[in-house]
Amino acid sequence: MTLLKTKRASRRGFLRGTLAGTAVGVGLPFLDMFLNGNGTALASGAPLPVRFGTWFCGLGHTPGRGMRALEGNDYEFIEECLSLEPYKKDYINYFSGFNTPLDGSISAVHYTGWVAGKTGSVPQGFGMIPAPTLDTIIADKIGTKSRFKSLEISSTGNPKDSYSYRNAGNHNAGEVSPLNFYLRLFGPEFRDPADKDFTPDPRVLLRQSVLSAVEGDRSRLVRAVGSEDRARLDQYFTSVRELEQQLEVSLSAPPALEACHKPKRPEEVPVGYDVETVNANHDTLSEILALALACDQTRVFNMMYTQAASEARVKGTTFTHHILSHEEPPDDHLGYQIQTAWFNERGYEALSRMLGTFSNIREGDGTLLDNVLIFAQTDTSDAKTHSVIGIPSMTIGKAGGRVNTGLHINGNAAPQSRIGLSLMQVMDVPIAEWGTRSLRTSTPISEFLA
Amino acid sequence: MKGMFAAAVLFTLSACGEPEPKLEGVEPSLRRLTEQQYRNVIADLFGDHIIVAGRFDPILRQDGLIAIGAGNATISASSFDKYEKLAHSIAGQVVNDRNRALFIPCEPAQVHEPDDTCARTFLEPVGRLLFRRPLDQSELSLSVGLANTASQQLGDFYDGLAFGLTSLMVSPNFLFVVDEFEKGKGEEGEAKLTGYAKASRLSFFLWNTTPDTELLDAARSGALSNSNGLEAQIERMMQSPRLRQGVQAFFADMLHLDEFDHLEKDNLIYPAFDPQVIDDARDQLLLTIEHHLLDEDTDYRDLFTTRDTFMSGSLGRVYRTPISEPDLWTAYEFSEGEGRAGIQSLAGFIALHSHPGRSSPTIRGKAVRELLLCQKIPDPPGDVDFSVFNEPSSQQMTARERLDVHNSVPSCAGCHRLTDGIGLSLENYDGAGQFRTRDVGFDIDASGNLDGIDYENQFGLADALSQNPGIPVCLVQNTLAYGLARDPGRDARDWISFLMQKFEESGYRFKPLLRSVAASENFFAVIAPQEERAAKTQVGTLLNSTKGSGS
Repeated sequence: MTLLKTKRASRRGFLRGTLAGTAVGVGLPFLDMFLNGNGTALASGAPLPVRFGTWFCGLGHTPGRGMRALEGNDYEFIEECLSLEPYKKDYINYFSGFNTPLDGSISAVHYTGWVAGKTGSVPQGFGMIPAPTLDTIIADKIGTKSRFKSLEISSTGNPKDSYSYRNAGNHNAGEVSPLNFYLRLFGPEFRDPADKDFTPDPRVLLRQSVLSAVEGDRSRLVRAVGSEDRARLDQYFTSVRELEQQLEVSLSAPPALEACHKPKRPEEVPVGYDVETVNANHDTLSEILALALACDQTRVFNMMYTQAASEARVKGTTFTHHILSHEEPPDDHLGYQIQTAWFNERGYEALSRMLGTFSNIREGDGTLLDNVLIFAQTDTSDAKTHSVIGIPSMTIGKAGGRVNTGLHINGNAAPQSRIGLSLMQVMDVPIAEWGTRSLRTSTPISEFLA
Repeated sequence: MKGMFAAAVLFTLSACGEPEPKLEGVEPSLRRLTEQQYRNVIADLFGDHIIVAGRFDPILRQDGLIAIGAGNATISASSFDKYEKLAHSIAGQVVNDRNRALFIPCEPAQVHEPDDTCARTFLEPVGRLLFRRPLDQSELSLSVGLANTASQQLGDFYDGLAFGLTSLMVSPNFLFVVDEFEKGKGEEGEAKLTGYAKASRLSFFLWNTTPDTELLDAARSGALSNSNGLEAQIERMMQSPRLRQGVQAFFADMLHLDEFDHLEKDNLIYPAFDPQVIDDARDQLLLTIEHHLLDEDTDYRDLFTTRDTFMSGSLGRVYRTPISEPDLWTAYEFSEGEGRAGIQSLAGFIALHSHPGRSSPTIRGKAVRELLLCQKIPDPPGDVDFSVFNEPSSQQMTARERLDVHNSVPSCAGCHRLTDGIGLSLENYDGAGQFRTRDVGFDIDASGNLDGIDYENQFGLADALSQNPGIPVCLVQNTLAYGLARDPGRDARDWISFLMQKFEESGYRFKPLLRSVAASENFFAVIAPQEERAAKTQVGTLLNSTKGSGS
């Protein structure tokens, strides 16, 4: 028996490219003529926007091989994180010793740690998202004036590798293809500030009309469902309104941001978990992201290098980063897992390159790094044992001068939710308390706040 | 929970043979269209040549099924952004000058101006298929009004019509399948699905797409409210070619075949396993299942011992067998020497449950337990000292040797005993599903055990699986959960027992199981939302008190 083997459009074809990628350019200087005297505001009087982002890499670093504490609050990056040292003093705070009290719950390995850090609550198992992740709370506050409320990007090739949720059923999936990311941001709908003759696109007004009409569907539907589904409908209608706001932005002439320009269109490239591919895509996605921020297309982003329990691997080898973290024996002489450490180093090098890209975006007297606050997070403090005690994290950027930098902040077993609360307060979220049970806190980290 | 539930069903099976137990039902719900459903609907309405370009944000799997995830998913801002762009893209294609004659049954009086009548003539029937019910007057007027406004502003009837169509495609009435219901006249909470909601439930269950015109006509006429009319429609749907895409969608969900989208194999270690193999390995699983259950209509349990499958040119490289017509799927029977029996031995199943560069008995065993037997393997404990596994020579050990170390730790051994006895008997397949007899230089010992049955190799596992009473129970549970888009729950235990009895009586054939579920009153049972019930109770109390005060 034979059947015609139809060459249906491959689902993977939508996700995977076949050609090698090319790098894209980074920003031009932000011309002084558009800034006030001290470079802290646009000539229009509007302050330079402070952006918020998260960055994630799975499995963190080997305990004792990322940072060395020095006197007082000083520290230095070492070994696996050495590539971050050039940015330490001016931009990076390192948080150690902050805990995740489980209150009797079982730790879901590679899951509980990051969920608690991002939601202020311990999940009761895999797949549970007990509260909105803090990036969505911040986006609600600062993300309404840009074209995109937030952007989620994943270097692993899997859109599920994104840790931005409003709840378990409301997930912001990651963009994985540099080309698709470019097209979404800088495709036909992008309004280039360099274009002198701006006229609103009448089709945008019509698109808004369509969305307004959708609002009329609410009453019939609300009558048809129970309260839980009504909440889901409300979230859908919130998404509709957010798109309406997004379209509203594109009806106005784009702000004169001279650092803004379109990057070179990337080629379709392969995606996947091998480190070479992850790094190449992370670099390209970072470059597009930097220009998206320079062009004020968004003020919130979530960038994933590798997911919790990282599946990163080296071509031709049989063990992934995650498996190595458990099964690789420590070297007899060096005392640590050499191959695992190699993967860890690659992650922080990628972060360092991203910071380099951001620092090439000139904004007034400084760079994009002066006007951004990035929460760099991981899933465990010791991958070998899945420990969630003292998961290391970092903040990167000056947040427009709102935070101190170059500090090692030891939590001394304080709940890690204090970091999240501090981040939200820096980003103007009117919140006095955050978290649940032992993670509930009303105490931000004072030495972090400028 | 699923494992305990399956055991309970088995325990009560002997009590069957009575009329179908009646379920109270649950509150009406919303189910977000899955990507495949969206694509099927567009293809069914407008044809395969309309390109649904772009990626959808994935719906996250819950309780083992994307269908259940869809019953709990909303639409995030980034997802809606994509839906909106997609709707404009599709609508633009439908009305362009190459396609408009196919879909639009009228021409405007003036092509540069609005034409209310023609817009209505197009949007009304299309809206009925998209919303899976007739548009009410306000919905139709809104959509036509948008088309007219846009036609006026853009100076082109068809451009404007695209906006009217887009308004339907971004509506929650399209993007969510809504359980619309009618309130009963009798006791508190009594409710029933409308005929149109029943039609949708049937159609997505059996076809994974929107109801066709005939099914919607049956809904309108009330035919789905009586058993004869309902069974006639079910029979028609069972005979339709669309049943194949429905059955494929179910097994793709049950077997987690969406994970092929992100499956990676190291091409230095497994050079034969290229992207075409990944696509074909997925399709081989589905073709084998479809042929066995639909074309041959044979015992579901035989899927785990069958040597019949289909082979493509690219798969020939993985199975190391010459294929004379590489561009065709060719029926193929494995010889005993090829070492394959059952879908669990096919390259797709094996590769999906392996690491990128090596096999994994634990992952494979877990997949068999969770996907085929509906048994939940507990999550790994959070306090394991992995230093005991840091054996310097671990990368040169066989899988069995490595797992022996895991089994030496009490907190690990409990779960590894559940998985490894299954997975080790699949060790004759490497991480890409290729047959092998040696691993790291040693002969493979593929002996194992499943629920007290010991066997020597993968053929023994195949027999043990096919005879395991959990296999058919799991299928029944998954069928219900998939159709209802929720875990049937403990309340459905008697119903599952009843269906199991019928499944057994049918010789464990899948098509009769589909018929039994689709024809069951329980499949459509709903109760009014709590607010409705509370309001009704209040009215009842008020009426009673009024009566009381008047007497």
